[in-house]
Amino acid sequence: MAVLAPILGRLVKALITLLAIAVLNFFLIHAAPGDPAVVLAGEAGAADEQMIAQLRERFGLDQPFHVQLGSYVWNIVRLDFGYSFRQGAPVLDLILERLPATLILTLTAFVISLTLGIALGVAASARVGKASDSVLTTLALLFYATPLYWAALMAVLVFSVELGWLPGFGYETVGAGYSGLARIWDVIKHLILPASTLGLFFMAVYMRMTRASMLEVAQMDFVKTARAKGLSGPVIRRRHILRNAILPVVTLAGLQAGQLVGGAVLTETVFAWPGIGRLMFESLAARDYNTILGVFLVSAAMVIVFNILTDLVYRLVDPRIGARA
Amino acid sequence: MQYLKATTFLIAAAFAGHAFAQEAGGRLDIVVQPEPPGLMLGLVQNGPTQLVAGDIYEGLLRYTTDLEPEPGLAESWEISEDGLTYTFHLHEGVKWHDGEPFTAEDVVFSADVFLRETHARLRASLAYVDTITAPDDLTVVFKLKEPFGPFISVFEVGTMPMIPKHIYEGTDYATNEMNATPIGTGPFKFEAWEKGSYIHLVKNEDYYVDGLPYLDEVYYRVIPDAASRAVAFETGEVDVLPGGSVENWDVARLTEMDGVCSTGSGWEFFAPLAWMWLNNREGPTSDVRFRQAIMYAMDREFVRDVVWNGFGKIPTGPVASATNFYSDDVTQYDYDPDKAKALLEEMGYDGETVRVLPLPYGETWQRWAEAVRQNLSEVGINVEIDSTDVAGWNEKTSQWDYDMAFTYLYQYGDPALGVSRNYTADRIQKGSPWNNVEGYENPGLDAKWAAAATMTDAAERQAAYDEIQKEIVDDVPVAWLLELEFPTIYRCNVHDLVTTGIGLNDGIRNAWIEQ
Repeated sequence: MAVLAPILGRLVKALITLLAIAVLNFFLIHAAPGDPAVVLAGEAGAADEQMIAQLRERFGLDQPFHVQLGSYVWNIVRLDFGYSFRQGAPVLDLILERLPATLILTLTAFVISLTLGIALGVAASARVGKASDSVLTTLALLFYATPLYWAALMAVLVFSVELGWLPGFGYETVGAGYSGLARIWDVIKHLILPASTLGLFFMAVYMRMTRASMLEVAQMDFVKTARAKGLSGPVIRRRHILRNAILPVVTLAGLQAGQLVGGAVLTETVFAWPGIGRLMFESLAARDYNTILGVFLVSAAMVIVFNILTDLVYRLVDPRIGARA
Repeated sequence: MQYLKATTFLIAAAFAGHAFAQEAGGRLDIVVQPEPPGLMLGLVQNGPTQLVAGDIYEGLLRYTTDLEPEPGLAESWEISEDGLTYTFHLHEGVKWHDGEPFTAEDVVFSADVFLRETHARLRASLAYVDTITAPDDLTVVFKLKEPFGPFISVFEVGTMPMIPKHIYEGTDYATNEMNATPIGTGPFKFEAWEKGSYIHLVKNEDYYVDGLPYLDEVYYRVIPDAASRAVAFETGEVDVLPGGSVENWDVARLTEMDGVCSTGSGWEFFAPLAWMWLNNREGPTSDVRFRQAIMYAMDREFVRDVVWNGFGKIPTGPVASATNFYSDDVTQYDYDPDKAKALLEEMGYDGETVRVLPLPYGETWQRWAEAVRQNLSEVGINVEIDSTDVAGWNEKTSQWDYDMAFTYLYQYGDPALGVSRNYTADRIQKGSPWNNVEGYENPGLDAKWAAAATMTDAAERQAAYDEIQKEIVDDVPVAWLLELEFPTIYRCNVHDLVTTGIGLNDGIRNAWIEQ
């Protein structure tokens, strides 16, 4: 119970935050010029008053603003995300349809960046001041500063167009009809370029942070004590320094994890990866209100969930945190 | 552009064996951009939907590159002497993709019930129609209230697609579950749609024309980034880039590749014409001298050659040269900055800033707006570029919140279908970006447009439209910029891809791949 009580409190706060976010999103999206009816009419290349009026009525846009807001909030409370009139499907279906591809991409990038980032950070800190450290930190700086869009296009040009090693688009070979292991292998091949492009940036961040934090903790008295006890370098690094140095990395990882479901618009766009980021971006351009609000809400919920999870991980890594609360 | 060295030998060898015989089989991958919101052509008529759904649905007629009607679902047709009765004889043995027979009742339902409710552009033409009847299963009769010159041009698949009555009658069209798995009569059947990735169509084995279509399957591929689409074509991921799917500078590069062909044909029916709406209601643009000055100030050939990489044609007025009843006997606005300056001085232009709204359709349009700003500032007009996204553009133009706004529109083969709607006073309606947005009012011309639409004699109509074009070009209600050309880029071993004036939107039943 001692552990559950604060979590319960956080959950109540989280729900209130979520509702506030939903209302704010609703205001924001309606503040943008244009509405779904105008966009649809525009795309049709012809429109008359009857058509616009029909569309507005169907979308519920003919209602007063507060009525629209009220029915939206009421639907949210009942976990009803509404219907995308543009795509002719329930918003939840649209999101679930994109979820597998999104998670494969973002989770892979997450795991790659976190493991490589921490490993390289630890390695660099152990060789601080040496040439290999300089090489690693320079590379990290480069990855950190490279615009994702450019890196993605370059990856396609080099590995797909020039070398022909990896497919550059989509998440599987269209119409190949693979099944079982062959299909998994096919998806992995398609995954390598987008996942590593997306992972590069965060890998650089984790690496730099791990390295700096490791160096800082290494100066502390308890490390000297450990050394005085006669423990070996690797043991000190793993059990004493890393354990204490990892907290800021956990914070950052929590932030990245919160974005897992939100997708990655740029990476998904360049690699034609059918994820949620693109769904959101395209719905935004089309002012497909229900769909954008749905994606926003799911993403917001994920950020909150991962914030709570991060707090739990803190307690695992550093038991003092739980004791204080 | 032509068969180049590397492939010449292979092709020559192939010709020796087959001597141009069409080969059945194979798969074609075509880019579709952006992803269509839906495929039910009776409900959604945007560009990408027409591209894909044109393979699934069909119209009664098709149109040649010279805009002559030719058989589609209708095998033959007659028009009465007085131009009031149109009788269509349908092809025998046509089946919907679910096996139900296609009959005249479906035509009546599509035109008189379904599309009257859902299709804004067709609705304007149907206003001339009195009754639509089906005397027997294979005959349909359209009776008009008064003659309507361009009526024979409204039977194209995007304008009047045939909708299955047995699926839609009595249902709520927009939420009918079958919208997700469209049923048409076309050469290809809907198979699957992986949202965000591709749409898969397969050959209609029961197609009513023997031997057609040739292809086994077609994949429409969704690739959201323009640079990635160009790369996808380079790597062989896709075989066809429909007009407008890559940026213009990539067009030049891709068409120079080995084994790559391109064609500007397939847009004659649409004849997209680009112009700038000039707000005729207020500000400097309400002065005809200012509007004429804009025409003289712009170096339209430079834009065509540089921004559009040489594609397109300089228009002479509101009617594109590919459209019926075009006339070039009008005032010519050649690039002449001095004349522009003189006109500005004469009207006493005080340097008031005018806002230009570019079309948010990619780099090309942004650059175009910059070129125009440069030209106009050279003659002393202060221009400010007011950029926004697609929804914002629709909102601003349909609410008349602009001074000058880029756009382009299709003409659908006839001035009464796709031209007059932008210039007559009865089409000044807030809320739509596709009518007389500039607010041009000329009652004398309104009467002439109306009269020309109801004439049935072609020579008579030509004379009427000659007169209209001559007069309206002097008023410069909008600044005509360019007759757009969107080349279709494809691999040279794909043949007969574009065979009509409607191009890829017409269903690629004749396309075949040389193995």
